[in-house]
Amino acid sequence: MQQVLRGVSLNQEQMVLAISAVLFVLFSVALESFFQVSNLLSLLQNVSILGILAIGMSVVIIGRGIDLTMVAVMVFSVGWSFSMYLDGMAIGPALALGLLLALAIGAVNGILIAYVEIPAIFATLAMATAISGLGRFALVDTDTLFITQDLGLLGQIGSGRLGAVVPMPVVLFLVLACLAYVGLRFTRYGAFVYAIGDNYMAARNNGIANRPMTVLMYTVSAAIAFAAGLIMTTTVSTVNTKLANSTMVYDIILVVVIGGIGLSGGKGSIRNVLSGTILIGLLLNGMTIMNISYSVQSIIKAVILLAAIIVDSMLNPRDEQTSQQGDI
Amino acid sequence: MSASEAFMRWRYRLIPDHVVGEILSKNWIDNAIPIIFLGVAVAIFSTILPGVMTTGSLAILARVLGEYLFIAMGMTLVLKAGGIDLSVGSNFALCNFGALYLVNALGLPLIVVIPAVLFLGGLVGAVNGFLVGYLRLRAFLTTLVTLILVRAIVELLSLKYSVAASYSTTPVPQWDFLGAADILGVPFSLVVAGVVAVATHILMTRMRFGWHLSAVGGSRRSAFNIGLPVKRIVAQTYIFSGVFTAAGALFYASRLGSTSGTVGVGLEIIILTAAVLGGNSLGGGRGSVAKTVIGTMIVVLVSNALIRMGLRTGASELVLGSIMLGAVAIDVKWMKNRLKVLNKAYVSPTFLSLPPNPETREGSGSVYEVNNKLGDVGVIGKGELDGPEDVILDEDDNLYCGSRHGDVVRFFAPDYTRHEVYAHIGGHPLGMAFNSDQELVVCVGGMGLYKITRDREVVKLSDETNRSLLSVIDDSRMRIADDLDIAPDGRIFFSEATIRYNTSEWMLDAIEARGNGRLICYDPRDGSSRTVLSNLKFPNGICMTDDGESFLFAQTWDCSITRYWYDGPKKGRREKIIPDLPGYPDNINRASDGHFWCGLVGMRSPTFDLALRMPQYRKRMVYRVAADEWMYPNMNFGCLIKFDIDGNILEVLWDREGAKHPSLTSIREHKGKLYLGGLFNDRIGVYDIPGADPTWTGIKHYWGGKKDG
Repeated sequence: MQQVLRGVSLNQEQMVLAISAVLFVLFSVALESFFQVSNLLSLLQNVSILGILAIGMSVVIIGRGIDLTMVAVMVFSVGWSFSMYLDGMAIGPALALGLLLALAIGAVNGILIAYVEIPAIFATLAMATAISGLGRFALVDTDTLFITQDLGLLGQIGSGRLGAVVPMPVVLFLVLACLAYVGLRFTRYGAFVYAIGDNYMAARNNGIANRPMTVLMYTVSAAIAFAAGLIMTTTVSTVNTKLANSTMVYDIILVVVIGGIGLSGGKGSIRNVLSGTILIGLLLNGMTIMNISYSVQSIIKAVILLAAIIVDSMLNPRDEQTSQQGDI
Repeated sequence: MSASEAFMRWRYRLIPDHVVGEILSKNWIDNAIPIIFLGVAVAIFSTILPGVMTTGSLAILARVLGEYLFIAMGMTLVLKAGGIDLSVGSNFALCNFGALYLVNALGLPLIVVIPAVLFLGGLVGAVNGFLVGYLRLRAFLTTLVTLILVRAIVELLSLKYSVAASYSTTPVPQWDFLGAADILGVPFSLVVAGVVAVATHILMTRMRFGWHLSAVGGSRRSAFNIGLPVKRIVAQTYIFSGVFTAAGALFYASRLGSTSGTVGVGLEIIILTAAVLGGNSLGGGRGSVAKTVIGTMIVVLVSNALIRMGLRTGASELVLGSIMLGAVAIDVKWMKNRLKVLNKAYVSPTFLSLPPNPETREGSGSVYEVNNKLGDVGVIGKGELDGPEDVILDEDDNLYCGSRHGDVVRFFAPDYTRHEVYAHIGGHPLGMAFNSDQELVVCVGGMGLYKITRDREVVKLSDETNRSLLSVIDDSRMRIADDLDIAPDGRIFFSEATIRYNTSEWMLDAIEARGNGRLICYDPRDGSSRTVLSNLKFPNGICMTDDGESFLFAQTWDCSITRYWYDGPKKGRREKIIPDLPGYPDNINRASDGHFWCGLVGMRSPTFDLALRMPQYRKRMVYRVAADEWMYPNMNFGCLIKFDIDGNILEVLWDREGAKHPSLTSIREHKGKLYLGGLFNDRIGVYDIPGADPTWTGIKHYWGGKKDG
């Protein structure tokens, strides 16, 4: 199987792009409302939030971690900000507090993983539960916050359009993608992330401060989650805290894994996120147009994610002799 | 003695510091934390919520507990093998729905429904098992995906069939029994869960599958390398988990009959919290049913109390998430540091103030004055021996000694150049004596008291004594049986140097200087062993006096020799005949002129004497300094003394240059010669005693008259 997969001349990124192209053509032909500028723009707009979150996730996954708190952080940090804003606080301080909360949660994640040495996936799953609980208990009163006030320039983040055509979320997604690309590719911190993800012990032996770097990675992903939340809120003018209980975080993992970033860390780049985002965006949009029910969509996405994980484990096989004990 | 020293003496006499380390070394300490947690939780909740502990409330809790226990036990099996199963929440919902549909919509009898639902749960488990076990996917992520997948399937099913599943047209009579019945006041579900728990416990601890689980979870690579079918074992755990979840769902479905979309949502978090809180390790290797039962009880109690407190939504999620993180954090750190903590906490020094150290300098006029009498002793078996701690000679002048390899070696008279392994015992022989039948009785470090018959058969005499009432560690087992002597009536008195350390770590006992040792009496008439004296400071050599009522014993760290009456009118009395030796006494043996020989294994030093009076200093040393750098008593240079029954020192023999016999643990006089052994030596020394009786032998002297008479 590995041989077959390796024998294919396309790499995963190119394969994903090829599948995307096929899907695009297929949908354009089969679905009449698909190939329209308005639909394509809304497709991009809808998927850009997912893409932004996937950027944060990819940073963590490249560093051999995973961050399941992203959606909970997104919802409740931004939700808290707007909840305070609706209670009369000025928007600036409210957002600053929300960002601080997000950063603090990211740091706690990082500390639990790097210093307490709880497996990343477990620590962030438990943290996600705790954050949702905290959010409902203390931060946000209602399930849905409606922002009726005009946010002025801030509102443009979500609802504005560049040159009156391209939605701002898409632009911001691309800008963040460029920043992350540069950060990962050209700075020493990016190199450290790859080194840690590739071989944790070797990175440590080389003198990289693995623990602070891990904390930094989770803080970055939390900050990106906050940014995504801000963009989403200003786009739809509501904060839906029920999102924290949804399976959205698995969509993010789906984007990252489909794009070709190996779960064992150290591999892939932001370009993979872009191609993954496009494929998943197409898929979600097509399924919505085809009026497939939410449950069936979940099933389809889950099956695709499963397939992606299987392919990932075949491309990056784990050996009985070299795999880590207790690596769950 | 100053007031502060008096205070310190009482402080270390009254407060048993060593108990901390002994408790930490217990296996049950793993379960102690959750049990304490449970006790505290019960106490708090029954105080602030008066209704919690009433029978009615407990009855509902017990039903929930029964259902959760099933799922948690499945999770335990998965965790034990190093996996994790997050799909239990969705699987629970699926099985709940399936059961209700089969009963209410199809009206099938229980005999069909129960196997069908268990099979359904097992099927989901089998999918997980195939993906995680055989395809070797990451358990956490994979079961998260199957969680979503199965949940979506349940949603689809309930869209179509929930009405049919909710109401029954033809009631199945036994169905309600599952969820509502009591057996002797205990809910049926809890009874079944209890039975299954016992079965699972037996499976995990007494059967091959359970051992395979431990092997895979403890070290998957090693399990693979010894040829275990790792993939199949891992896959099986998920099937178990699926079937157990289905069992829990059956009782739940019967009790509530709910097809609501929230059934089983977040259940995986609750179950995982229960399993981890009880002390099952994430990543495998450590886990048991008992831990799971404790953890599940805590979680059921806490989540119920949170609901009853009427806090806002989110509170229970917050608390559960935090508890789980805390439990995992403790688990991870505990697993990683347990041995480190134990090593440091176990050694617990106490206060010991020795009498002034007698002068030994040459020309000082002291009785202990250094000389060079042992400077030119003869040598037997140089380079061929390893640790002849004790030596003894039989009636035919053959010489016996122990070796670190677990043998008793015999050197043949008269020149002692040829030798053979007389018997292989397996532990280091530390003390030897002949009984009245000329059989060699041996104290074996780490094993106990053994006898070698004249046919060279090794017979165990005793390896345990009565356990003392308040000991935390098991002190019935013998750790370092050190030296022995045999009373005329055949009773064997032997010393056990310490009950807190094994033979390889005996020096650590010096850092403690507590009375950890004891004297034990083995009675061959009924084969029993009883502790005679306890709390002795490394009791070592034992030697019978000629009155048949008392013996002498040495306490190494106390630098003293004591006479003890085991029989006669003075029975039970103790008298310290030499309280202030200049070194650490080891074995004592008889001399031909009616006096006694004793080897000093090492000489005292002012530094260590001072350290013995400063227990906090030694505690800090143990905590902060690597074990290799710890300060130990001098064991490199000793001497040989001869004393009489009143404790007067008659003669002292030194090896001034330290070339032949710097350290001595044992001496044996035989036909005018003195044979010298040492724990760390590679030889046996022979010293010609000027003016000694050349026909005197220990056996003839001690047993000769008695046997005839």
